[in-house]
Amino acid sequence: MPTKDCRGEKCPRESKPNVLKNPVNRFAPILLPAATAAIFLLIWHLLVRLSGSDLFPTPLDVARGIQELVEKGLLLKYIVASLFRVSWGFMLAVLVGVPLGLILGWFRPAFQALNPMIQILRPISPIAWIPVAILWFGIADSAPVFLIFLASVFPITVSSMAAVQNMQLVYLRAAQNFGVTGMQLFRRVIFPAALPQIITGIRIALGIAWLVVVAAEMIAVNSGLGYLIIDARNAGKRYDLVVAGMVMIGLIGLVLDLLIRRLERFDEVKWGYGQR
Amino acid sequence: MDNAKTMIEVRDCWKSFPGKKAGEQVHVLERVNLDVHAGEFVCVVGPSGCGKSTLLNIIGGFIKETRGTAKVAGSPVNGPDPRRIFVFQENGVFPWLTVEENIGFGLMSKSAAHREERVAHYIGMVGLTGFEKSYPRELSGGMRQRVEIARALAADAEVLYMDEPFGALDFLTRLKMRADLIRIWQAEKKTIVFVTHDIEEAVQLADRVVVMSKRPATVAEEVKIDLPRPRDLDSPGYLGARDRIFAIMGMDVHGGGAGDPR
Repeated sequence: MPTKDCRGEKCPRESKPNVLKNPVNRFAPILLPAATAAIFLLIWHLLVRLSGSDLFPTPLDVARGIQELVEKGLLLKYIVASLFRVSWGFMLAVLVGVPLGLILGWFRPAFQALNPMIQILRPISPIAWIPVAILWFGIADSAPVFLIFLASVFPITVSSMAAVQNMQLVYLRAAQNFGVTGMQLFRRVIFPAALPQIITGIRIALGIAWLVVVAAEMIAVNSGLGYLIIDARNAGKRYDLVVAGMVMIGLIGLVLDLLIRRLERFDEVKWGYGQR
Repeated sequence: MDNAKTMIEVRDCWKSFPGKKAGEQVHVLERVNLDVHAGEFVCVVGPSGCGKSTLLNIIGGFIKETRGTAKVAGSPVNGPDPRRIFVFQENGVFPWLTVEENIGFGLMSKSAAHREERVAHYIGMVGLTGFEKSYPRELSGGMRQRVEIARALAADAEVLYMDEPFGALDFLTRLKMRADLIRIWQAEKKTIVFVTHDIEEAVQLADRVVVMSKRPATVAEEVKIDLPRPRDLDSPGYLGARDRIFAIMGMDVHGGGAGDPR
């Protein structure tokens, strides 16, 4: 690998002392969280047993609940329904938010005109929009898609905007010096310079989108993991299924974050995340 | 040298910036006059914060002078120009591009074959062969600075503006970069304006050293360095020129030890 050989000059990013050689440390990333989870489940189990509650489930009840959902074919169906809504709302938010943010970050008059409006809309919880969404879209899939779009478009827009505004002046000057202007400047310098921060915004927005889809499904629709939770509660106080839904939401949220984090590993954006 | 054509011509140049308090003006440059001939290597030295970089930014087209004129190649400076490339003090190399993409950045309007040839040529010249596909974050500071210099050279500019380009490098790398720059300059016959606060560096590199005063800065004196290259750093000519610049800047080298005034 040529990149390893710095020809006698100092390599500033040389690897730190190798902690991986220690066998205890090597398994730590797996063992430590596994131990934490085991202790958590044990305490949960003991607390339910000690309290004598017959409504709140033990971890084992929840596992049986998940199994029941799998057997009925509901689990996959609900997961797909929730992911479908998130995908649409989130994709629309990326398609609108990234270009909008880039434009607002670059053109001062556009920023001055639109930023106050965005800052007013931004703190309104997506939950507050639920009645409006039902009024406009009924209880079709488009209502939660709209809510997800609304929840994720602002973080994406704002982070894209900030990324352009915080871009190092030296990149811009270098590009102008080489005679790069207009759309070329956008494509070759502004966008790539902003990309690491845009991806961070997208990642945060995906987390929010996942939070919101569950909330939206509790009210507007009759499928999905949010619906499962409300439905299990209303139809017979099945708290094992309620918690099963919660567990699935958490696990899928984790997987989504792990997937979107992969975007940060591309060579074109790695520079923006410091040393990890 | 006197009959060579004038490349850069700064006349009665003033620059002030708005200060922290309302209405207050900070005067950075006052009555600056400077001529640089085509093919000449001029170093600008002066106390830290005196306005050396401001002057360079004015002739580079990034800052507009408050009063006076700055002309390059006979016409007033109106913004940056690809014929005159700025080599930045901090990292001006694009971190999202590889070494070869960075060096080819200014050649996008040229044919792919022409671009590849020039990129390969300058990668060789700055000693980065084998690192074509590396990203800047994988390189040392000295190597990144060489990418920046190669990028400037590959664009085939007539003039290079260099703003303390070796300031962040360690001592040995700095020495090597100076030798490389002289070699490249001799091969390419560019006009170079090089800003530094390091007097030794200026005397090692320049045909002429322009010494600026404290703020508001003006040109205090110009010292011609008429010594053959590579320069002998122990020769009386070298030491004489160096001591003279120290004296102009108000420092007594023989009384106070070290050569590097920081």
